[in-house]
Amino acid sequence: MEYMIFIGENEYRETPAPGTPDFDAYMGDWTAYNQKLIDGGHYLGGGRLQPTGSATTIRRVSGADTVTDGPFAETKEQIGGYYIISASDLDEALALTSAMPIDNATLEVRPISFRPDAM
Amino acid sequence: MIALLAHRFGDLDLADDAVQDALLEALHWNEIPDNPAAWLYTVARNRAIDRLRREASARRRLLSAAPDLLSQQAQATQPTDPSQQTEEGPAMIVEHSDVGDEHLRLALLCCHPALDRDSQVALTLRLVGGLTTAEIAAAFLLPEPTLAQRIVRAKRKIRDAGIPLTIPAALDERVDALLTVLYLIFNEGYLSRGSTVTVRVDLVDEAVRLTRQALELLPANAEVEGLLALELFTRARSDARIAGGELVLLENQDRTTWNLSEIDAANRILVAALSRMNPGPFQLQAVIAAHHANAPTAADTDWPSIAGAYAQLSAMTASPVVALNRAVAVAMADGPRAGLVLLDAIAGLDDYHLYWAARGELLVRSGDKDAAACAFRRARELATNPAEQRHLDRRILGVG
Repeated sequence: MEYMIFIGENEYRETPAPGTPDFDAYMGDWTAYNQKLIDGGHYLGGGRLQPTGSATTIRRVSGADTVTDGPFAETKEQIGGYYIISASDLDEALALTSAMPIDNATLEVRPISFRPDAM
Repeated sequence: MIALLAHRFGDLDLADDAVQDALLEALHWNEIPDNPAAWLYTVARNRAIDRLRREASARRRLLSAAPDLLSQQAQATQPTDPSQQTEEGPAMIVEHSDVGDEHLRLALLCCHPALDRDSQVALTLRLVGGLTTAEIAAAFLLPEPTLAQRIVRAKRKIRDAGIPLTIPAALDERVDALLTVLYLIFNEGYLSRGSTVTVRVDLVDEAVRLTRQALELLPANAEVEGLLALELFTRARSDARIAGGELVLLENQDRTTWNLSEIDAANRILVAALSRMNPGPFQLQAVIAAHHANAPTAADTDWPSIAGAYAQLSAMTASPVVALNRAVAVAMADGPRAGLVLLDAIAGLDDYHLYWAARGELLVRSGDKDAAACAFRRARELATNPAEQRHLDRRILGVG
């Protein structure tokens, strides 16, 4: 099965500044995690998103589009990144998700119904 | 008689259990029948048939539920591993020819953390307990469509999210979830016992049956034994809990109506659990229940030991309700003021009627009648069970 992991987090969380030893450790954890997903044949895609300040939303009502500045919904936690993974079942998907090197985040694991490029 | 039944059914264990059932029923005889042996045999034979029916329906249920749940496992198998794609689904059932293992996997599936608690309860009763949707709905006083929809939704989530029918790696956690569900079912039944609403299924007995079944699947598991002992201690006292439609507090209960053979059975199970030296919250609750059940009179209750067990339980669970019970036990052991000090330190129970009822009782004992009346009135506002409401009305009048 394929699952999408939505990473909900406070987008103003502090991350170490590039060039510091903390940053190297921080990135090292993520690189190791990604490599683990790739090596296990689980990785199908993923990425970190720009903050919601960069989001543009199109709302379509009865065929008419309204383009507005901002995210899908204004909430304290926002989608900060995502993964698309392959896992044999929900238990494996949950185990892979809990291995993510992130704290104070909400990780939603949702099965993908289908992907046109995987059919 | 066991041999006779064993021959009739070709199953010694079944015969044994059925005779035990019949003997338990015989304890409730009001008058001795003309031919007790024939009566016992008839009842035992009927209980054996009941048990066989239950088992047969459990197998049917498993077989009807399993293909449903297993077909998605085959689909879920990764395309990168073709060896696993060849009809692995149905084979999984055959490969685990041990029916107990299948039952365990099904029970653990029903309590998967990806399902909400209400769904876990409904699914467990439906798939593991074999109750009909109508029976479960009636037992929980819910409209049948509500419950049916809950079960449909849970099954859909199992299928769509790919919840596996496997023994989980974190087995202990899942067993805890299963025990919590069983205890919820037990309590739901226990609290509604003696109410005017008659239900076709007694959730107390159903929970005990399912807990026994869980113990067969997880033999020598101290917490499963702890839960079973706790349920038996509690059920042994259930007849004394309501008299003439009114709630009777533990201290005022007629202890001669307690079911002594059930208390004995619970004692033995608890001793076995404790001997495994693997303590847990259900064992501690059973220890507390044992102190109550084995006290010949309310005055004989070993409150210091109960307070000690609550202190351990409190450290283990961090639940405000446990802290409340601990405060009451400490009040019994060391006086009402010591209990009130602990009550004051509890946060988060402002809307819990038993918090205010307990506070009222301790205030009465410490001589502060006005404050006690206030607390009882608050409890009365919050209570929803009619028997509890009437009890609180009497307490308000008593101190007024």
